[in-house]
Amino acid sequence: MRLKANKALGRSLWVYLCNTGSCNGCDIECVALGTSRYDVERLGVKIVGSPRHADVLIVTGPVTRKMEPRLRMIYEQMPDPRFVIVAGVCGMSGGMFYDSYALAGPIDQIIPVDVYVPGCPTRPEAVIHGLSLLLEKLEKMES
Amino acid sequence: MADVFYSILCVFGLAFYGIFLGLVFSGVDRMVVARMQSRIGPPLFQPFFDVLKLLNKQDMLPANAVPGIFRMAPVVALAAAVTLLFYLPLGGIGAPVLEGRGDAILALYLLLIPGLAMVIGGFAGGSPYAAIGAQREMVTMISYELPLATVILTFAWKLASLGVAQPFSLGVMAAQPIWGYVGLLGSLGVVILFFVMLLVTPGELGRIPFDSPEAETELAGGILVEYSGRSLALFQLAMAVKTVAMGALMVTLFLPWNVSGWIALPAPVGAVADFLFFLVKVGFLLFFSVSVLRAAMARLRISDVVTGYWKWIGSAAVVGLLLILLDAKG
Repeated sequence: MRLKANKALGRSLWVYLCNTGSCNGCDIECVALGTSRYDVERLGVKIVGSPRHADVLIVTGPVTRKMEPRLRMIYEQMPDPRFVIVAGVCGMSGGMFYDSYALAGPIDQIIPVDVYVPGCPTRPEAVIHGLSLLLEKLEKMES
Repeated sequence: MADVFYSILCVFGLAFYGIFLGLVFSGVDRMVVARMQSRIGPPLFQPFFDVLKLLNKQDMLPANAVPGIFRMAPVVALAAAVTLLFYLPLGGIGAPVLEGRGDAILALYLLLIPGLAMVIGGFAGGSPYAAIGAQREMVTMISYELPLATVILTFAWKLASLGVAQPFSLGVMAAQPIWGYVGLLGSLGVVILFFVMLLVTPGELGRIPFDSPEAETELAGGILVEYSGRSLALFQLAMAVKTVAMGALMVTLFLPWNVSGWIALPAPVGAVADFLFFLVKVGFLLFFSVSVLRAAMARLRISDVVTGYWKWIGSAAVVGLLLILLDAKG
């Protein structure tokens, strides 16, 4: 039963996008996933409006001090099993803002991260690749 | 005793039937809309994966929710949607299971209950987004009830004026297609009512352009914003069953013909053919009223929903009613 559940999860990943202070570049690239050129709905991926509905949290941007408690709250609002993808180099290391006084740190110092997708901004193909890496991780969890 | 056993069998059979068909129809809808937007789109069985996944996810209770009501609302919604199927003729599988115990008026009320359960669940979730969504859902319900009730009352009045016994029974409406009793003017009226019904359906199912209660981009999922896991899955199943119910209601009122009425077929083959024809009719109606509208339009503002349903669609329904009246007098 558990194995079947994971199979269904892999074929129906619902994504919630969270901007933690990015320049909006990565967000535009992530929203482009739903367009007819990239069409992630064919893989069962759907962008949802509430973290309660989501399986995957895609976080963009270096986390500003203001956004740190909000990011933690959004992560806590997601039902288990939940996964986090970091989109863009800002979230991985702080990017060009690495030594800013306003940063609460890269994302993995605040919530656990499953997949890192680099790029400035990250391309939609790269995010799809990140989703496929997440599916590989799911398969490993099954076995 | 056998009677009770039969009823229980019917409950499970119809629940399975409604859920399966509803999910298949919503899969078809997603595929068709994707093709219209020149996308590839999800596989046909995508809604099954979604529901199976949701059933296996954690069902969270928000901190300031009212637990009992919050958990009961999705169950009530699904139960009411399945109950509705007992009173509708479902093509080929004979008369409604509870034929004679409830009529079109009861069906109208039962159609309201899933929406009401969503409203109550939305308020019980304790989120301001859900509260706004719930208020919009109530306004939408008030709006589409007028044209829907006008359509059903017109049919009942026509049958009553012909002296048919039990004019409000849906089984009788299915057995007596209205097209045979009206002249040219009346046919025009029935066509208008048909279009009114096609426009009421997306409002009833909360689909674009009448999905302002859910409004993912502005209300973050609106009425369902706090629901997760099993409860969300139950709401989705209720909506799927309601899709089948609305399709069956439209078929009952406007396209109640059967294949076996035209071609002489042996009984079992005839039943299968009738059933397949019923599915084709439901799919055809849902294609126009749900998929095409959804692909072609953006979301309407809630004030436009009210004006649209009361002023334009409502007066169109009244014009249809008047045409049928005139047809009967003249």
